[in-house]
Parts: sequence; structure tokens; C-alpha cells
Amino acid sequence: MAEITLRSLTKDYGTVRAVHGIDLDISNGEFVVLVGPSGCGKSTTLRMLAGLEDISGGELRIAGRLVNDAEPKARNIAMVFQNYAIYPHLTVAQNIAFGLYTSGMSRAQKDARVAEVAGMLGLTDYLARRPAALSGGQRQRVAIGRAMVRDPVAFLFDEPLSNLDAQLRAQMRIEIKRLHQRLGTTIVYVTHDQVEAMTMADRIVVMRDGHILQVGAPVDLYENPVDLFTARFIGNPSMNVLDARVQAGRIIVGDQDMGACSRADGAICLGIRPQDLLVDGPGTAARINATVTAVEPLGPETLVHLDAQGHEVMATAPGRVIPAIGSTLTASADAGRLYLFDPDSQRALGRA
Amino acid sequence: MADMSANRPEMLPWFARLQPGAVLVWTLLFLGGVVMVTPLVLMFSTSLKSAGQIYDLRFIPAEPTLNNYVRVLADGWFLRWFMNSMIVAVCVTVSNVFFDSLVGYTLAKFKFRGRYIIFIAILSTLMIPTEMLVIPWYLMSAQFGWLDTYWGIMFPGMMTAFGTFLMKQFFETVPDDFIEAARVDGMNEFMIWWKVAMPLVTPALSALAIFTFLGNWTAFFWPLIVTTSRDLYTLPVGLSSFAVEQSIQWEMIMTGAALATIPTLIVFLVLQRFIVRGVMLAGLKG
Ligand SMILES: Nc1ncnc2c1ncn2[C@@H]1O[C@H](COP(=O)(O)OP(=O)(O)OP(=O)(O)O)[C@@H](O)[C@H]1O
Ligand SMILES: [Mg+2]
Repeated sequence: MAEITLRSLTKDYGTVRAVHGIDLDISNGEFVVLVGPSGCGKSTTLRMLAGLEDISGGELRIAGRLVNDAEPKARNIAMVFQNYAIYPHLTVAQNIAFGLYTSGMSRAQKDARVAEVAGMLGLTDYLARRPAALSGGQRQRVAIGRAMVRDPVAFLFDEPLSNLDAQLRAQMRIEIKRLHQRLGTTIVYVTHDQVEAMTMADRIVVMRDGHILQVGAPVDLYENPVDLFTARFIGNPSMNVLDARVQAGRIIVGDQDMGACSRADGAICLGIRPQDLLVDGPGTAARINATVTAVEPLGPETLVHLDAQGHEVMATAPGRVIPAIGSTLTASADAGRLYLFDPDSQRALGRA
Repeated sequence: MADMSANRPEMLPWFARLQPGAVLVWTLLFLGGVVMVTPLVLMFSTSLKSAGQIYDLRFIPAEPTLNNYVRVLADGWFLRWFMNSMIVAVCVTVSNVFFDSLVGYTLAKFKFRGRYIIFIAILSTLMIPTEMLVIPWYLMSAQFGWLDTYWGIMFPGMMTAFGTFLMKQFFETVPDDFIEAARVDGMNEFMIWWKVAMPLVTPALSALAIFTFLGNWTAFFWPLIVTTSRDLYTLPVGLSSFAVEQSIQWEMIMTGAALATIPTLIVFLVLQRFIVRGVMLAGLKG
């Protein structure tokens, strides 16, 4: 168990800077998720933590110890890869025991440890099998088992679930989360799936182009995104963003009045989450009249795609009533649920 | 409907299902097979004939006899040469499997300055024919006192550019994740190569072992040059001495040759199943 500290951590590939001096404090036992679009430097950061990639600048400390130049094995960290990377020529038991290769344990101790880990992961019945005879979810569990068996100070996961189908992914998500609660080991988890980030993380780190944009608890990021990128990235479906202007204390989109705002007159970006924009809702803000262009019934509610005077907007119709395509309806949000952004810098300007 | 079912392939007699192209290909393959197998069959049948019968070229000997085998095996030289060939071929094969793959792995999986130059340099030695190297090898062996020793027979083949190239190509197909996972688990680089990378390329190792063993088992030219004493002859050199020293005893040569094919058959049968068994991808995503 250990806290991990990143200070202006930088990675250069030749002349290309992939990670631009990031600062992050991960406390003991925390579950931190790095999210961001493809190519933003998540894997590179994780690989620097693991010691698989040289650190070009800055400091990396694990449990207070500077490990910039330490070999992977000297960091006592375990990593689970997207492709599982379990060895096809070894059985499940041998794969799990692989993590103990350098541990100096006796044979009996190793066997006991492997059995314990396999029990935790529900792999006891498969110990003699080879990976070829396992399902995708079982293979990923073996990979996790190999990481767990050493009792490392932290686990690193690089998109471990992206090769699994949706149902299995949801199941493994919960399993990893439970495992974290049980073991209490620090986890750094990379994904580009914001649902994974929201559901698993204690804290989310949003990255883009090698920079950290925002760090915070899932609810925090959802409620108070610092800029448009995070606002759109966190939350599913993604936030509606409309070009608007402030005129005499009112927010105007096209010729519709969306509500009050205390800002000075000028252009502004207006963000409304589809979950906040309710069809036939009682809200007083962002009352829009629009035509239904498509519907996505989800059961307890329906996502409604709207055309509001040329703006595409997504709203939610609560209950089991599914609006007819082509019909006209009114949607609205509660006051205080509108997100405002500067159209040039894309920084958040608070709520209205 | 009726004519359609008549056209279904499985309803037709076998000869009507043959396509003209396939007939041609099979015929050519069959002829090629006959051409290749005939000398082998003749070798075995001659080894079963007595000296008087050998110019009687029928495949099944009129009076088959195992006499030749008894004579060849009773003659101490044959077993001696067989052992020499075995020692040379096994040592060279083990050495190639080890060193070629060590170098191939390094070239495939480590990024260091000059690795491309080194690779090109190794490859370029493939373009020099053995005939050109024999004289330098000989002079070198003479200088170092390696003439007429096992080491003298073996040293030119202890590592080969071809084997290095083959192994490099195969190691490049081993996903980096496997290697990095082992590195994070705390293995040193040598153990990663030995415990992780090598088992993943067993098909290539088997192929390399077969080629190397066969090549050295049948090698004639260099062993002939570097050995002078009869008790260091390899089997091909020894068998050829049957032909020169006494008047040519074909039935004895054929018997020796027939016995000499046994190890190659064993090596091939044991190793080829590893070639077929593709283990590589099972540990990655499905
Ligand atoms: N070996 C390399 N040489 C040069 N550039 C690299 C190398 N590895 C990564 N990069 C660059 O560094 C940047 C960050 O890559 P990284 O793999 O960390 O992205 P990522 O956030 O993990 O993306 P993804 O979600 O697609 O996995 C990318 O722009 C990539 O092109
Ligand atoms: Mg990545």
C-alpha cells in the first residue's frame, strides 16, 4: 500500500511531447481513473508509473521514495493489460503463480497463495486449464489474479475491459470495484469509457493532449466541469451545447428565451444535460418548443432527439410515454441546471 | 428442381467431380513424388540384396537378406562414425537453437543504437557461398590447432545468419505485452527470454532444429576437409570412404545410408508436431 506522487511528470518521444508535466497526488487505497480521448497520454502515464517507459522529466514517488530510475520490479507494482497478456503455454495456476516467480516462496506457500487468489476470483475450477480454453472474462480474471498474487503496493489497469462485450464489462466493473473494496490497494485505472470512470472511480483525472484538465470525484466532475471538454466527456449521453447570447440579463438561443443570467451581454455557450432537459417538465429554465426527430426508449425513460429551430438537442421523456416522431412538444429544465461556458476559452462560467 | 439436385456435387460419381486444373496439379505432384521416392526405395531394396544381386534393379529383392546390416553394424567403424555425426549434429543444433534465438530476440525486441546495422551485417553473410569460406576456415583451423578435432568440424556452424534471421522474424510476432507483463512481475531479461519468449516461438525453434540437424547430419564437404583421421570421420565422410578404399560396395553403402536416415526420421517425427501446434495467440484477446 502506498501513495503515489507525480510532480511535473513529462514524457518526450524524440521531439514530440506526449505528457506535458502533470501533477497528481494519489492517496493510499484510492481508486483513480484516468480518462480522456485516444492519444491523450493515459497509457504513457501509466507505463511511466509501471517503469515500462523512461521518465523524461519531473518526479515520480511511490510511498515517498523517488522511483524515476527504478526498475519495474523494484517498484512492487502490478499491471493488468488490455490484451490480458496471460501466457498461452502455461495453465491458469502457472499463470497466476508467475507473479510469484521471484518471490522466493516455497512451493507449498506458492500453491496456497495461488489457491487463495483463485478462490477470490472464482477460478478454482479452472486452475488446470490453459488460456485457450477460457472465456474472455475468465482470461481477464486470470490476468487480475496474476497481478494480485504478489500483494503489490498498487495495481495499474490499462483498459482491461475494452475487449469484453457490454454485459461482461458491466459485471467485471463491479467485480473489480468489489476487489478494490476488499483489498484496499491503490488502483490507477485507464479507460476512455466515461461510464467506467463514473461508476468505479473515487477520483477521476480527465486528460487531453498530454495535460490534466480536471481532477475530482465523479459527482464533482458531473456537477462542476471546469470546461466544455470535461462537461461533454462526463455524462452519458453527452451534454447538449448551444451557441447563445446574453441580452439584458436573459440567455437567448435563436429567438427563444432560456432563462435569467447575471452576466454581461455577449456571446456564450450554453450546456444542458439531456437528463436535466425534461419533456413536459415543470422547469422554468430552457423552455424550448421542438419537433421530435428520433426516440430511444430505455424502459423507465426515453431519450428524445429534438430539432429546436435548427439546433439538435437531446432531452429525456420520463415514464413510459414515448413521444411520436414528428410531434411537437415542450421541454424544460430547472433553474440552476444550465451550464455556461466562454465560447473562446471554453472555460466554465458557472451555472444559471 | 430435379436437374438442380442432379448437379449437387455429392450426387455425382467421384471422377465427374474432378476439375481439370486439379487433375493436372495432382498428376504433377504424383510424378514429383515418384521421382523423389524412387531413390529411397532403391536404397532400401539394395540394402536388402546380396552383392551378386545389386545390378538386378527390381524393387523387391528376389532373396532379401539382412546380411548387409549385420556386416555394417559388426564393423566398428560404422558405429564410430554414426556417433561422430550424432555428436556434431546435436551440439551444433543445440548451439544454434540457443544462440540464434538469443541474438534474434535481442534484435527483435530491444531498441539500441546500431541494431539495424548489426542486422544487415548478419544478413549479408548469407550472400557468401560456403565454397569461398572453406579456405579461410581451413587456415584458421590450422592456426588454432583445430584441424582433426570435433570443434574443428563444428565451429563454422555454431551460429548461422539464417537461423538468427528466422528467429528475429518470429520474435517480432511475440506481442510486447507478454514481455512487459513479465518485466512488471519482476523477471530479469534473461528469464523473460527463456521462460516467456522462447515457449511462444516453439514452432520456429522446431523448424530451426530440424533444418540444423539435417544440414549437419548430411554435411560432407567441410567435415571431409577438416578431418584426416578415420576415427573422426562423420557418417557421410565415412560412407564415401567405403566407395574409395575397397572396390565400390554398393550394398554396404546403401545399408549405411539406410541406417543413416533413421535419426533424421526420428528428429522430424518428434519435432514436426510442435511446428503444427500454433500456441501463440491463445493468451491474447479472443
Ligand atoms: N513509442 C512511441 N513513439 C512515439 N510516440 C508515441 C509512442 N507511444 C505513444 N506515442 C504518442 O504519445 C501520445 C500518447 O499516447 P498514449 O498511448 O499514451 O495514448 P492513450 O491516451 O493511451 O490513447 P488510447 O486511448 O488510444 O490508448 C500519442 O499521441 C502517441 O502517438
Ligand atoms: Mg492507451
